[in-house]
Formats: sequence, C-alpha cells, structure tokens
Amino acid sequence: MTTNLIDIQHADVIMATSNMAENHPVGFQWVMKAKERGAKLIHVDPRYTRTSAAADLHVPLRSGTNIAFFGGLMHYAIQKNLYFKDYVVHYTNASFLLDPAFKNATELNGLFTGYDAAKKSYDRASWKYQIDAEGNPKRDLTLKDPNTVFQHLKRHYSRYTPAMVERVCGIPKAKFEEAAQLFCSTSGPDKTGTITYALNLTQHTNGVENIRALCMLQLLLGNIGRPGGGVTALRGHANVQGATDLELLYHELPGYLAMPLRDAHPDLKTYLEKETPKGGFWVNKPKFMVSLLKAFYGDAATKDNEFGYQWIAKRASADAYSHQHMFVDMYNGIIKGFLADGQNPAVGGPNAKLARAGMQRLDWLVVVDIFLTETAEVWKEPGKNPKDVKTEVFFIPAAPAAEKDGSLTNTMRLIQWHEKAVDPPGDVQTDAQFICTLAHRLQKMYAGSKKERDRGFLAANFTYGSKPDHPEMVEVLKEINGVATEEITDKDGKVVYRKGQPIASFAQLTDDGKTTSGCWIYTGVTVESPDGKLINKAASRKPAEGNDYLAHGWGFAWPANRRILYNRASADLAGKPWSEKKKLIWWDPAAPGQKPEDKPGKWVGLDVPDFNAFLAPDAKNGDKPFIMRSDLVGGFFGPLNDGPFPEHYEPVESPTKNLLSKQQMNPVVKIWKVPDQKNELAPVGSKEYPYVITTYRLTEHHLSGVMSRYLPMLAELHHSHFAEISHELAKELGIQNGEKVTVSTPRGKVHVTAMVTNRLKPFVIDGKTVHQIGVPWHWGWKGVDQLPGSKGDITNDLSSTVGDPNVFIQETKAFVCNVQKGVV
Amino acid sequence: MSLSRRDFLKYGGATATGAALGAGIDMLPVEAAAVSLKIKEAKAFAGVCPYCAVGCGQLIYAKDNKIIDIEGNPDTPHTLGRLCPKGAATIQLSNNPLRPTKPLYRAPGSDTWEEKPIEWMYDQIAKRYYDAREKYFIENEKNKDGQVVTVNRLEAIASLGSACIDNEECYLLSKLNRAFGIVYHEHQARV
Repeated sequence: MTTNLIDIQHADVIMATSNMAENHPVGFQWVMKAKERGAKLIHVDPRYTRTSAAADLHVPLRSGTNIAFFGGLMHYAIQKNLYFKDYVVHYTNASFLLDPAFKNATELNGLFTGYDAAKKSYDRASWKYQIDAEGNPKRDLTLKDPNTVFQHLKRHYSRYTPAMVERVCGIPKAKFEEAAQLFCSTSGPDKTGTITYALNLTQHTNGVENIRALCMLQLLLGNIGRPGGGVTALRGHANVQGATDLELLYHELPGYLAMPLRDAHPDLKTYLEKETPKGGFWVNKPKFMVSLLKAFYGDAATKDNEFGYQWIAKRASADAYSHQHMFVDMYNGIIKGFLADGQNPAVGGPNAKLARAGMQRLDWLVVVDIFLTETAEVWKEPGKNPKDVKTEVFFIPAAPAAEKDGSLTNTMRLIQWHEKAVDPPGDVQTDAQFICTLAHRLQKMYAGSKKERDRGFLAANFTYGSKPDHPEMVEVLKEINGVATEEITDKDGKVVYRKGQPIASFAQLTDDGKTTSGCWIYTGVTVESPDGKLINKAASRKPAEGNDYLAHGWGFAWPANRRILYNRASADLAGKPWSEKKKLIWWDPAAPGQKPEDKPGKWVGLDVPDFNAFLAPDAKNGDKPFIMRSDLVGGFFGPLNDGPFPEHYEPVESPTKNLLSKQQMNPVVKIWKVPDQKNELAPVGSKEYPYVITTYRLTEHHLSGVMSRYLPMLAELHHSHFAEISHELAKELGIQNGEKVTVSTPRGKVHVTAMVTNRLKPFVIDGKTVHQIGVPWHWGWKGVDQLPGSKGDITNDLSSTVGDPNVFIQETKAFVCNVQKGVV
Repeated sequence: MSLSRRDFLKYGGATATGAALGAGIDMLPVEAAAVSLKIKEAKAFAGVCPYCAVGCGQLIYAKDNKIIDIEGNPDTPHTLGRLCPKGAATIQLSNNPLRPTKPLYRAPGSDTWEEKPIEWMYDQIAKRYYDAREKYFIENEKNKDGQVVTVNRLEAIASLGSACIDNEECYLLSKLNRAFGIVYHEHQARV
C-alpha cells in the first residue's frame, strides 16, 4: 500500500474495487469519514455488498474484466483531456520515446512485438526507450511524438471505448460514463482519489497487470504520493505484508532481493552486477545483499567466501517452486516432506483436491497450528480410508499472538509490536520456539561436518538471548534491523557505530561486511538511545495528535517511518504543494541544510520525505519522485512477462470469446499439466459449465477457516456454507432460496445452500445473458460439532491450477461452473 | 471433539455483552460495573488483532496467567479502538477447548492420533529433515551452457506459511529454510 488508512479521509473520491466494508471493516471507517466530508464512493464489484450499500454508485462488472474497465477509464481520461498533464509530463515516463520497432496490442491484435508462439513467451528486444548520446532516455515533453509512451498508451487503449466496456464487462455505457466522470474528477492540483483493491484484482491469470492498470490510472490522474490518493492495497492476513517483506516466498530473499538463479547468478559478483540497476535507490542493492548474508551467516561470511553466497540455494529455473508448483510437484513425488506452519492448503489454496492428494502422497508432514486443521488431518478426508494414506504426520500445537511477543506489519507497512499476555498452555510452542529448537537439533546432527555445503547452515545463529529454545524476539528484531559487526568510524576517525550497535538507517548499511541487516527496509525499527538502551520503535504507542494525523509516533512504518510513499509527488516541480488543500511535504528553502556549511533548504511537512530530504527541487533529479525506479519516474510503460501495457484477456475459463482482440487468454499464461485428470479445464463458452463463478470472503469467517470455524463465537454466525445465486438464474433452474444445490467444475463439486438474492444480477455480455454466482471459501469438513453450519464442502475443490505468468497466482476470482438443483 | 452450549458461554468469555438487555430499562451502568469488575486487578497488555491486515490495536486483559477479556485499544490512530466480529472473538483463539495442547503423532496408515512428548517430536522431525537432506541434496548442477555450478539446493522438503506468524518468526523461518537449502518456500501471499 503506497498510502495510509488514516489518509483515506482526505480523498475526494474513493473507488473501492474490493469489498472493504466487509473484509476490512475497521479500515472502512476512514472511507465513511471521507464521505462525511462530502467525498463520493464508487464500488466496482460483481456483487452488491455492504460496501455497495455505503456507495454513491455501484458498478457491477463481470469477474475477470478488470483491465477492460481500467483501460476504459484511461481511454476516457485521455479522450476527454481529464488527465493531470503537469504530473504526467514530469513525474512519469509518458514523455519517453520508445524504440520505433515496438508495437502495442492495438497494432498487433492483442499481442506486443516479440511474441514467440512456440515458446509462449516474449522476446523483449524492442521493449525499450530510445537513448540519447549521454545514455538517457529521449523525451518529448509535448507528448506528441508517435513513439512517446503517451501516444502508445493512447493508441493501445483506443479500443477500450465505453461501448466496448459495456460489451466486455457488462457495465451499461451510461453507468460506466458516470463512474468515469466521477473518478476522473480527482485529476488536478485540488483533488485526489484513492483506489482500494484486494484479492479481487490479484487472483487472476493477469493479476499483476490488473494492479499495474490500477496504478497507471492513478498516475494518469496524478494521484500517487498525494494526500487522499495512492493505491490502497488491502491485505488479508495480519502479517501478509511482513511475511512478504521477510520473504516467505520462493523467488526472493528478505527485503525484495532476488533468490539466485543457477544460470543467471553463478557467483555474488555476477548476481550483484545483474540485479543492481544503474539508477534509483536500488543502486544500493549490494549493501543490502551483503548485509543480509552477514545477518544469516555471521562471522563465517567473509569477503573471501563471497559472504557465504554459495550457501544460498540456486533455483534451477524461474518457472519453479511457487505455491502451485509445490502441490503439482508433491503429487508427482518430487517433494517427500512438508512443513505447513500456520497455513491450511487442504482448504485454502487453489485446486484443493490436488493439494490434498499431493499431501496424501508425502512421506511425512509436519503441521504447526493452533487447531487440528484439515491439513493436519488430511488422512481423515471424508471418503478416504486412512489405511491408504501412508503419510506420517507430526502435529505441533502453536500459540496465538496473545501468548507471545513479536511484531506484525499491517497493510499500510506499519510494524506494530504485541506483548505476550499469558504463557502458552501445555506443550504449546510459539512458532519461533519451534523453528529455533528444530534448527538446534539439526545443527547438533550436523556438528562436526566438514562438508562445505553444511558450513553455512552450521554458522547460522538460532540462539537469541540466554535461553536457546526460548528466543528473545527483540533480539531477532534487532538482527532484522541490523548492527555493526565492528567499530565503524567516519572519515575523521570519529566512531559512528560501536560493534554490535543497531544501525539507525538503511542509508548507513555497507557492502564490505561491516554491517548486518536481515531485511534492509526494516532498518531503523530498533535504535539505540543516547544512554545505550535499545529502543523498539515497533512498540512505540503515541496516539495521533495535532498536525501529526499520520501518527508517526505509533509503531514504525517501513521504510524510515514514511507513511505515504513517493510523497515528493505531492509537490510541484518547484517543490510547492500542488495546492494548499492537498499539501503533504514541500521544499523549505530557508530550513537549515544537512550540515552547517551546506546551502539551506530541506523537504519538510506532514510526513517523513520519501526522498533525499536535502535534494533541492532544481538540483539534478530533484524533480523525480519515484526513487525506487531506475528512471525515477512513474511507469506507464513497464515490461512484465505478459507485456509492457496491461491488455484485457479473458480468464482461462470464460463464457465468451475475447471481444478486444483475437487473443483469447493471456498469451503467456501458465497452465500446469497434472496427471490423472487432476486439472481439467472447461473450454471457452462451455455448455456444460455455462456460469461464471467468483469466490470471496465474509466478515464473520477468516480465510480457510482455521481461526473462525473452531471459535463458537464466530462459527455460529453463519447458518451454512452457501452460494449466492441471482433470482433470474434460480428461476431458470427452479431453485428455491435455502435449498441445497450442487456447484460443479471439471475439477470437483460442492453441495451448498442456495442463497437466492438480488445482490447478483445477470450480465449482458455482447448481447447475451451471462449468469454469475458467488461462493465464499471458508468451509472445510472440520469445525464445532454442535454447529453443523460451521462445516461444509471445500470451495477450492472447484478451482484450477493455472497461474499468472509473472507470479503464478491462481485464478479463483473468475472461472466457470455448473449449478444444479439438489444434491447431485 | 465436542462442546456444549454452556461451554460456549464458559469459554466464550466476553460473549455476554449487552445484546440481551431489556427494553426500557437502562442497564448500561450495570453492564459497565460488570465489565469493570471483570477486568479489575487484571493487567492490560498491548495486542494487535491477528485476523486481517488492518492491524487493530487491542488491549488484552489477563489475570493469573489467563486471558479474561480482549477489546479494542482506543489510542490506536488508524483504528480508534474498534474491532470487527473476528477481532472481538480473539479471546477464543486462546480460551478454547477444541485447542490441542499436546503434540500429536499419526503413524503411516494409522486411523488415530497418539500423544507424544515434545522432545520426541523434535527428535523425530529433525531426523526426517536430516535424512531427506542427506538423501536428496543437490550440490552441483550443470547450467544451460554445460558448466558445473554450485547450487546447494534441497527440493525434497517444502515449507508453507505463514502470514499468521510474527515478523521475527518469518525471518527465522526464512533463515532456517534458506540456510538449509530449501527452495519450495512459500506462504499465503502467493495465493
């Protein structure tokens, strides 16, 4: 999330594309606060929900057509000249000239230059800027050159007319234009708007391009980095942000550093050369990588052994090891042992039948969780004889947050510390205790090994504080933050850091082994007070007061306690707020400079600048706010595996032909072939599976249900598992409200209660009626026995193993199904 | 496992708020007194809601090593003390009779769990990790140009989770998995 929940109150228009009122209800109060100020709320969602009920305008769209919608908005803003021209010209790559060989998807009927149909991938040779003699991208600030990114953008989205949006998305033209006019009113110096999203945009085979399309619209309207603007990414778990930052992800190491690849990164030198861009803040990547290796391997990581780089595994391919690869490979016997720590893939992941079948083939399974989940009891799956499941299972009972100290990073990058209130009962373990105890046992087994491959593992420290199997969490946070490994002095010989002292800022990390940092973006979360005490800023709890509405004294937001990212963009080229109403940070020419001898001038205001605080607006790059990008500007043109501009493709399973081009689905989509008919797909326009289905979450349940189905207070709030079905479809199928229905796909079926409702309406897609149903996915066969409604069939048995080509996320928001009356 | 309706109330802790108060009679002072009695002498701990990622501040009241109430912390700038139904039910993650407190083991092909000592569990799990690494570890591999490259990779063990554990725990798990050579290393953010 680039922004902050509190700041939503300053938006003039909020476009919710997720169901924020029900899935992030406490955050939604800031939307309501904005409404009290007169802001308008648009809700874009196939279903009418409690978010729609609070909205000024509900815009239902067929699931899987988000890019057609956002593309339509960009087309509208460009056609009607409603974009924020000064922002677009100066703060984005709109003015950059592209290689004349590059062609967009309007010019190539749904493809971009370089597509290789046999390999199902793009050669990106032409996807680049024209470069001048000094090596900088050529620009045309008038935006008129046909090779500018802007002109390509205009041509690329020229097909996305309101009439086309109506045909593809099923949004009546007049309603689309009303929404477009309202949201485009946030363009310009005096107004801002924000867009919320959640899994509604990510769980698609073009999930990453969906998010890019949203961001591009915000750039076009000049809404990034400004109060009341930004991208409001609403994450689903208490620590999904933190677990991403600390990289429980196959493709990265903590702090968004690439996990090495065998072919590209044979040694540290090559890794750093290839991974470090020439411009932007990421030029510091070598400091972050070396500091991470020092945090992992301590004194054993030296300059002479590439700081232990070879002890980190190298991936065989970029197309391997993701969540979906994992269960396919488990089913195929490559994976023998599996740790499920606080996750329930028997219910929660795509194609859950395949996930369970995979786990039933393991040699061993370790589950660490608060309750006995369907994953822990995968050998008890209904209809399965336990005798046939040879998997050995170890269940370790885990402690919930209230029984341990630690920090969680919320959706707005805010790291908050929580305190242990009571001891865990019985033999219940904290996850940290489990990990450190297991590591210690393993180190004991490897003790004395002289093999090079074991040296790194033996060097990694898992003892924090005085009790080896009861790690002190503050000590772990300090390692994440980073410390000096030896005394560090400045050029005058003055001691800047003592050995072991926490580093105060990631700007002070080094690439020579003198600093550690387990995750550079967290540096600054633990600091030392002048009297040598460790201060845990995640535990600071100063309420918001006075001008500090962003509450910088509450927790610590990465990076460097900045609450709104790219906030240099809140000021104009000269460093003045675009308008008094929308001021956030600005250049104060009279403020003292960094050092007494420096020229005065500093960025000041209501937030910590996400910018070099002393870089004057008229200095080199002083007018380029997007510091994390190598070209320092916001990117309309942004190469991904499936193209540099988001293009609408139909979901892998769709009721209709793609009306925007001859490319039916994402041309580089990942579709896994799984043996034994474990991943069958419905053809386009299938008569057998004619209805669109979307899956979603409820206020009273949590994700795969582990933290709700076992809690009577929550488990009793829903009568049973259900499917939302429109009156129109129910009438066609003779289904009464409250009766059982069977929902099926080529992968599986579920029996659920029909909730016949006005909240869903059929769409008219290119003149034909298309029905869509909605099914929440919280249920499994376990729950509270006395509350039969707490148990139910697994919705993810319906979904498939297909993925976005960039990140391999599945497509559970838009696929097709059949609905039949009764239990079939 | 089973649970009676009475148990719900017993274990539910804070369920009996003002929902059933009679019309026309101002019961609020009574309720307030009851609440204040309940948390009297309890110590308040700073908590963060473990459900969605809004990160609502909580106050966890505990007495004699038992949680007796969890409510929103009104000082929290981004949530102002509010909790949703899930956040308000947090107490049942701890005080819940369905919650196992002993390690459990299920032998291959067995139809039942067995309680085992925690030390035994750690020894056994460590042995499984060790054996899989020794048997399946890939030290070197040819790259696309046919050159032998050190890869130090273990594909036989996969690790999943979690967005439900603390930052420090995520870091420790990343460190353990990466130092051990594990590459199937994922959590909920992917799905």
